[in-house]
Amino acid sequence: MENRNAQPAATGRMDWTPYLAGAGIGVLSWVAFAVAHDPLGVTTAYSRFASLFALPFMGHAGVAANSYWKPMPLSLDYSVVFLIGLMLGSFTSALLKGTLHVELMHNIWRERFGGSLVKRFAVAFFGGAILMYGARLAGGCTSGHAISGGLQLALSSWVFLLVIFASGIVSSAFLFGTRKGDRQ
Amino acid sequence: MNLTGASLLILALAVGFAFGWLLNRARVTSADVVCNQFRFRDFTVIKVMLTAIVVGGIGVLFLVHSGYSHYYIKPANLLGVGIGAALFGLGMVLYGYCPGTGLAALATGSLHALIGAVGMIFGAIAYALSFDWVNEHVLNVWSLGKVRLPDLTGIPDAVFFVLLAIGAVAAFYYIERKDRARS
Repeated sequence: MENRNAQPAATGRMDWTPYLAGAGIGVLSWVAFAVAHDPLGVTTAYSRFASLFALPFMGHAGVAANSYWKPMPLSLDYSVVFLIGLMLGSFTSALLKGTLHVELMHNIWRERFGGSLVKRFAVAFFGGAILMYGARLAGGCTSGHAISGGLQLALSSWVFLLVIFASGIVSSAFLFGTRKGDRQ
Repeated sequence: MNLTGASLLILALAVGFAFGWLLNRARVTSADVVCNQFRFRDFTVIKVMLTAIVVGGIGVLFLVHSGYSHYYIKPANLLGVGIGAALFGLGMVLYGYCPGTGLAALATGSLHALIGAVGMIFGAIAYALSFDWVNEHVLNVWSLGKVRLPDLTGIPDAVFFVLLAIGAVAAFYYIERKDRARS
């Protein structure tokens, strides 16, 4: 498992086992359902934030009239503030671990495609765009659909969960190859 | 409990903070960890998700049945969910993150996570601009409404969670044993 060990100093004894962190997210869901009355989720709020960047070419009237954004205009409400909290929490955790660092690309990317920043940034940009488009089309992301919907045993969310894994495995095989030999 | 105004926003900050903290401590803010899940070399992502689903689901089941909350089910318009999820899986491999872990990672200094987050803004705008067409041609196909698996199958919630928990523990046991044998 060379890849695991090749992580930059970003790991260590301050990390939690995935089971503990997962259980923590489960307990956080109880709070989200019972107190906040808003399940954990990212992309609905993020797409509302994105409407800010449509203002220069659509104008205030254009954004306000858009049938997708109309029912949920951007404001500093629960789900948007949640995203600010998410980034603060991750930042603080990394700060205390001592793992804050500028990362230009991940190790397995560099091993496969080399160190070109242009290539990595172009693909990250394009990947982010279709990730978001897909999330909006499906109605949620890994948090809002897979975890929050999965734990409610929603049909849509379990279909989402299975299809993202199928698509991810196939995409990954094309992108990074499947050779067992490159394990080392 | 119903919070409003400033106390609701403080709660949002706190819940978000805890979520971001947990994602970082679980190491899923690393694109290597996320990508290696799809290559079956690191099972962190699935461990986090399955544990969250089982622990969260059992609690939420009690909360709903005791009247403290209700379900928030996303509609099963299966063509949209299917195509969206397929794009999402591809996007996750190209980007190296999902939306939540991408935002969490850019906060720890990942520059390519930031670039992808800008891409996400474009994706969201593209969706808003195409929404009328999508709404008319995709979202109404194979649309089964806000269905839950227990309603669909007649199998009670408790049975699902017992099976999920047993399945998860068995899978985790197998993965851990294999990992130990390898290292």
